Amino acid sequence: MKLELRGITKSFGPLVANDHIDLVIEPGQIHALLGENGAGKSTLMNVLFGLYQADSGAILLDDEERAFRGPGDALAAGIGMVHQHFMLVPVFTVAENVMLGHEDVKAGGFLDLEAARARVRDLSARFGFGLDPDAVVEDLPVGVQQRVEIVKALAREAKVLILDEPTAVLTPQETDELIEIMRQLKASGTSIVFITHKLREVKAVADVITVIRRGAVVGKAEPTASETELASLMVGRSVSLGLDKAPAKLGDETFVVTDLTVLAPNGQAVVDRVSFSVAQGEILAVAGVQGNGQTELTEAILGLIPSAEGSIELHGKELRGLSPDAALDAGIGFVPEDRKVDGLVLDFTVAENLVLDLYDKSPYARGIALNLPEIRRNAEHRITEFDIRTQGPGQEVGRLSGGNQQKVVLARELSRPLKLFIASQPTRGVDVGSIEFLHRRIVQERDNGTPVIIVSTELDEVVELADRIAVMYRGRIVGFVPPTTSREVLGLMMAGVPYDEATAQVTDQTDTTGATQ
Amino acid sequence: MTDQQPVPPATGEPAPEAPRAAKPASDARWAATFREITTGPFGVTVLAFVLALVIGGLLIIVTDPDVTAAASYLFAKPADFFGAAWSAVSDAYSAMFRGAVFNYEAPTFARGIRSLTETMTVSTPLIIAALGVAVGFRAGLFNIGAQGQVLMGAAIGGYVGFAWSLPPVLHLLLALLGGVLAGGFWAGIAGFLKARTGAHEVIVTIMLNYVALYLVAWFLTTSAFTRPGSNQPKSPGVKDTAQLPLLLGDQFRLNAGFLVAILAAVFVWWLMSRSTWGFRFRAVGSNPQAARTAGMGVASSFVLVMVVSGALAGLAGAVQILGTEKALTGGIAGSIGFDAITVALLGRSKPLGIFFAGLLYAGLNVGGRAMEASTGTSINIVLVIQSLVVLFIAAPPLVRAIFRLPAPNPVVVKGASA
Repeated sequence: MKLELRGITKSFGPLVANDHIDLVIEPGQIHALLGENGAGKSTLMNVLFGLYQADSGAILLDDEERAFRGPGDALAAGIGMVHQHFMLVPVFTVAENVMLGHEDVKAGGFLDLEAARARVRDLSARFGFGLDPDAVVEDLPVGVQQRVEIVKALAREAKVLILDEPTAVLTPQETDELIEIMRQLKASGTSIVFITHKLREVKAVADVITVIRRGAVVGKAEPTASETELASLMVGRSVSLGLDKAPAKLGDETFVVTDLTVLAPNGQAVVDRVSFSVAQGEILAVAGVQGNGQTELTEAILGLIPSAEGSIELHGKELRGLSPDAALDAGIGFVPEDRKVDGLVLDFTVAENLVLDLYDKSPYARGIALNLPEIRRNAEHRITEFDIRTQGPGQEVGRLSGGNQQKVVLARELSRPLKLFIASQPTRGVDVGSIEFLHRRIVQERDNGTPVIIVSTELDEVVELADRIAVMYRGRIVGFVPPTTSREVLGLMMAGVPYDEATAQVTDQTDTTGATQ
Repeated sequence: MTDQQPVPPATGEPAPEAPRAAKPASDARWAATFREITTGPFGVTVLAFVLALVIGGLLIIVTDPDVTAAASYLFAKPADFFGAAWSAVSDAYSAMFRGAVFNYEAPTFARGIRSLTETMTVSTPLIIAALGVAVGFRAGLFNIGAQGQVLMGAAIGGYVGFAWSLPPVLHLLLALLGGVLAGGFWAGIAGFLKARTGAHEVIVTIMLNYVALYLVAWFLTTSAFTRPGSNQPKSPGVKDTAQLPLLLGDQFRLNAGFLVAILAAVFVWWLMSRSTWGFRFRAVGSNPQAARTAGMGVASSFVLVMVVSGALAGLAGAVQILGTEKALTGGIAGSIGFDAITVALLGRSKPLGIFFAGLLYAGLNVGGRAMEASTGTSINIVLVIQSLVVLFIAAPPLVRAIFRLPAPNPVVVKGASA
């Protein structure tokens, strides 16, 4: 089925999210939609899927104009969507999830679960998904849950499959498997719209690449284009992807964590006897798939959540048991993983957010009176220093773009002398241009002699920033490796395979593929 | 309204995509609605008031006997009907204006302006207590127990006023302080329980209202609180040394309490926008998670916010007894504590807004009584108008829909279910 979008325009008030977007998706083609966060990719797909009505423009299927009043219409027309956050009922089985919303019924109104099971088995066999129709979804790994979503779409005879940032939640291995699945679907004639901002994946799988910036199509590219070219198209100016950083000059190991254990409310250890140390002037990057205890580790260090046992020492001083306030006073700079939830008060101004953890200290306060001129002066200074694009210190932070919001958080945390700097997902949802800048600032802090801990699920970021990598899996550190370690080995370690085994497996694979060629 | 209109980000880039649904969406939605209701734009308030007056007018028309009579021959003489309707509404509302603001039919200016001074007198405790409720709102706490705090403030402030003997100025200040401490303590109980055990402040403060009500009723049966030799549930009169002085002489009830209300409004403005306490209160109210990550004590903030909120309500009670009532009775708080919630909503939780909202609300009450006396229109119409104003403010999308105003922010559904 050929899908064509013609002149799609969608605005929210004065904000034009999609500006006359034209897009043609040929049958059996993998069409990558590349753009930064907020470029309008998701809005466009929500229009296509019937969640939004376009202000103008048309959707054509096989050259016939169609109007979608809701997702139901889109599904009926053969368009399926796999959302970034899965729309599955965790306590239902795979078959039940697949039949949900268009249940087959037997005589007498009984559910025909057998038909759904058969359909799952059939599709699973055809594409080699290896799905058990009776497995309960919440017991399945994320990558397999995603396949359930794909089967859900295929079971409704989707001819066009929209994948919205499908790799965000996957390990590198699972990503490879997904790419394989996409190729198979393509071979069977399904068209795929692949939404992403990850250049490597686009190059690996796409037939055609459309780049969207600020709500408009800014260009098409061949998969052969270099990553730098693609990044420049996305950002609208030339960017350098590599980070020049001098070799680390290691000082004393001033930050030492020993046997730290954090328990979840159900008593399970989410951080399990973790020990490591970071030297002054060193960046330790904690790699791992989301949800393997990295978040809890950083929160326990700051005292946001209690730790069950172990010790956290900074310059010989025990931090465990301190309140966040005391931990910040001890010299920790902390960039939380989700800036909108933990990092910023969105309806506070830029100036207020820049002193969120210093508001009651000199010079920003005199007694209990705020020193507004000083708070403003600080804001003006940081706005220039960090190149925060804002209308001024008085603008609400919630109105800034993601990258600029993140700059506010980093500017705040780096604006005082630090003994330890912790940043979780420092560039999540940040545009490519700002990533470059934020990375440089983090390295600069390292070069000032601060021990730095970076937690990131993006392997690119980990490899780029780290002087040493700690890989976490199910609350434990699988191993410490240098940043020169190959991606395959890192990927296996992120799935819990120890370093030696992972290296052995990767060497084996290279050997066998080498033999067949 | 302009401050709520969508402004494209400074960079000219499209707005960031909707926050990823990491936390339960209903929590976020409730928090946003709570903020919108309690601190939303001024324009909606004015339109809500206009709308309520229009509907109130329709009710006056429907219930007016002359209009009903004219309606029976509507098609024969439509002019009669519309004339009667117009005169019913304009008579009622102009009587309300005469009673609340200025009686232009009064023989002397002093008699005319008396209406306004009455409105100011009635508004005094409303404004002060509403400031307390607003401090809670700004910090994300719903102090629904202002009524109990007003009552406790009146009881303790009044006790200092009638039981102690002190030199003039000192006596008044101590009596006011007694009210402040009593109200702060009373609300502090709810704040402490929330911080320590997570008990919801709405439930606790509602229950504390009853405790305060019956506690004061019991006070009034003890010899410490009743007049010697009397078993009436009424305390002795507040001594002259502890009374708030009258501002305009004996002809008017207006007293220095009104100045206290103005000072309280200035204080709350300073506290919320110029002090580290207010910074912390607002941060905790707007995003407790971020406040905690930035090292602010969220639990201790709950206690402080409730104490400040209750202290203001207690001050309102003390001002009421020391300025207007002069003696403690079980009904001294009237419905001040509950009306204060309405006034805080009307004033959008901002001190200046509350000042005018308090005057407006008091004016409706005072004017409503005058309207009932002069035109026979039931004062219940005023209650309807007041209730409608709150209803419309609590549903800003409704007002926006009626007046076709733009929504303050585009609602971006990301990853909505199929």
